[in-house]
Amino acid sequence: MAKVLPSKQVVIVGFGWTGAIMAKELTEAGLDVVALERGSYRDTYPDGSYPQVIDELTYSIRKKLFVDVSKETVTIRHSVNDVALPNRQLGVFLPGDGVGGAGLHWSGVHFRVDPVELRLRSHYEERYGKKFIPDGMTIQDFGVSYAELEPYFDFAEKVFGTSGTAWSIKGQVVGDGKGGNPYAPDRSSDFPLPAQKNTVSAQLFEKAAREVGYHPYNLPSANTSGPYTNPYGCQMGPCNFCGYCSGYVCYMYSKASPNLNILPALKQEPRFELRSQAHVLKVNLDSTGKKATGVTYLDAQGQELEQPADIVILAAFQFNNVRLMLLSGIGQPYDPKTGKGVVGRNFAYQNMATIKAFFRQDQHHTNPFIGAGGNGVAVDDFNADNFDHGPHGFVGGSPMWVNQAGTRPIAGAANPPGTPQWGSAWKKAQAGYYNHQLSMDAHGAHQSYRDNYLDLDPTYRDAYGQPLLRMTFDWKDNDIRMTRFMAAKMKKIAEAMNPEHISVSVKDFGGHFNTASYQTTHLNGGAIMGTDPKTSAVNRYLQSWDVHNVFVPGASAFPQGLGYNPTGLVAALTYWSARAIREQYLKNPGPLVQA
Amino acid sequence: MSADDSVPARRDFLRKSLSLIPVVALASGAPSGLALAAPTPESKPGSSPRADHYQPVFFTAEEWAFVQAAVARLIPEDDLGPGALEAGAPEFIDRQMQTPYARGGLWYMQGPFAADAAPEMGYQSRLVPQDLYRLGIAAVDRWTRQQHGKVFAELAPAAQDAALKALESGDASLDGVPAKLFFAQLLQNTREGFYCDPLHGGNKELVGWKLVNFPGARADFMDWVERDERYPLPPVSIRGERG
Repeated sequence: MAKVLPSKQVVIVGFGWTGAIMAKELTEAGLDVVALERGSYRDTYPDGSYPQVIDELTYSIRKKLFVDVSKETVTIRHSVNDVALPNRQLGVFLPGDGVGGAGLHWSGVHFRVDPVELRLRSHYEERYGKKFIPDGMTIQDFGVSYAELEPYFDFAEKVFGTSGTAWSIKGQVVGDGKGGNPYAPDRSSDFPLPAQKNTVSAQLFEKAAREVGYHPYNLPSANTSGPYTNPYGCQMGPCNFCGYCSGYVCYMYSKASPNLNILPALKQEPRFELRSQAHVLKVNLDSTGKKATGVTYLDAQGQELEQPADIVILAAFQFNNVRLMLLSGIGQPYDPKTGKGVVGRNFAYQNMATIKAFFRQDQHHTNPFIGAGGNGVAVDDFNADNFDHGPHGFVGGSPMWVNQAGTRPIAGAANPPGTPQWGSAWKKAQAGYYNHQLSMDAHGAHQSYRDNYLDLDPTYRDAYGQPLLRMTFDWKDNDIRMTRFMAAKMKKIAEAMNPEHISVSVKDFGGHFNTASYQTTHLNGGAIMGTDPKTSAVNRYLQSWDVHNVFVPGASAFPQGLGYNPTGLVAALTYWSARAIREQYLKNPGPLVQA
Repeated sequence: MSADDSVPARRDFLRKSLSLIPVVALASGAPSGLALAAPTPESKPGSSPRADHYQPVFFTAEEWAFVQAAVARLIPEDDLGPGALEAGAPEFIDRQMQTPYARGGLWYMQGPFAADAAPEMGYQSRLVPQDLYRLGIAAVDRWTRQQHGKVFAELAPAAQDAALKALESGDASLDGVPAKLFFAQLLQNTREGFYCDPLHGGNKELVGWKLVNFPGARADFMDWVERDERYPLPPVSIRGERG
């Protein structure tokens, strides 16, 4: 029997961005909050100490900070007819582990959202007609608007210390010709910091994109362009483009993280407690199944403990939120045959294409070891619905950018296409091109489909004996057509740079989801938000339709994948949900939306 | 932490080096006790690091001969400078074999296994790096002995290259281990040993970083972000060695 601990008002499962935001908001509301983080305690010291952290082998290659898949992974299959196999080595995505979660070792690209993507199905039906959306594509609206979320985007940027260039503030254009994005939605205030400097690669992209008629802008970056103190009193130093960003703890206190931007304030708060190495096994429900009573977890010794609580926040990584709901019996599991059920529904990802340009040594020095994770120059001419999709026959858009986050030689020194993989020819190409190349991405949105979903695996288990989560996922015709269109548009930018060689990585028709090569860690859905309990697991406030004292923030709530990176929307939605708990739920605990 | 902590001289050096002085300050030429304590090999352009007396812990003498011969062909010493052998890639690989990585400790290794799964399903073998080397080297030596009457390390460079190509393409049929899987492991670890921080036993005298002009642990480029010019400072390592 689990030992029962003294009750708390709020228990939070996971301490990444969403857990930290909820902890801060709910302690501010006067609640006693405990956060349970399955991984180790981590912070800038010692996990980001210079020079020990400047170690490509340990961090990028052996993946020290990412989830420990020896204990727990996911299984993957391409269709319901296949047997799923475990993702034995980290590859295509790199979820986090430990205090700060993936927020400690992310890159820092910090977007809002294109308003169209929050009401994607309605928008496409209105502009292109219902028949434009292919059979089996299950995209839907979020159930919340950009106008409703704007104050929370604004506040999250101030918490993160985000650098960027506004296009318009309160309807007034301020960023024309200065690096603002003409496609960006209006803002209530400017970025807290001006945009960072641009690398040579980003400058080349900016010039080439303009030449081919696109509209380049500075990427919004949660890497500081100068010293900054956030609304919680947490301090950041200026980013020095060290080039060890994604996959590393920032040694300069420059990359926003839960550890740097929120935890120092929470540590002053007697109502808050953080327990690391606390692995939650399930959410406990009362006899009605309509109310959670707390969670059961294992501590570092493997001791089973029960933490009773009035409110349970599932703030784990996207697919771990879904898994915990399935393991706990919260919400009806999704069935792809009938299309009924909600937990596991609308699992979506990102749809990337990458182009590399290689220059002669006397042409450009791009020095790719210089970098900052959120920094770069992008175009939105083909993002969201910023162009007429009618003639092209696919749903979805894609920003394109140079985002030179810092590439190091073991993993990052690419050679021109056709170069042998070893020997003197390989070596010569390394010496000739490492400092004379750049990489650009079409960071495509990804749609949801009836047969891409999550459930529990029947065979494989984690180190604690619980079933692994199973992904059933493959690319669809719409995805391939979209990414090939985007790669062709982006290739024009590459060609305008007049490089010696160009390499294009793009998906082919008939190709399958490859679990081995990195794409992004932007996984979405499975516990999606919406306005109808038949097609969503949580309501517009991220509250479970079925168990009213369970809230589930995170990209698990996205009905489909965005063109932009998800963290900005994840943070804004979490503040939006926290505010609903503070202002509505605490006064009258129960469903915030009537089904 | 590296396995080198058990070596008294190096442990002593590391203890003395526990300082918060940034490596960048050392590399800028500022005189300090730590800079003097750091190994400062007299490296001439294009010269090879001094002979290494590392004794392998994991590999047998026969395996060690294979590893040394193979890495010397994968990244050869040539007119561009030292290769993987001179960089200490064999020492790096032997030391890696003593880490949890080499025993599959970083991977999900519960069965059932489906080793014949399509490549897009990722790594599905039950073999861990230690197995791949132990079984793979013996299998390659058996195979070259059948083909040429000699083990791999005794072949002429051109024959070694041909053998490596056959492993890479999977044309070589090895007994007990998939040729492509073994080759991929060997090539990946060789590159790691050529380009890692010298803390891990490879990239001696920063020869890998010097080849491509990678500045290593400098990690401070505020003044060079916008400049379309060759980065002028030589690399430094975590321990303060300068290239």
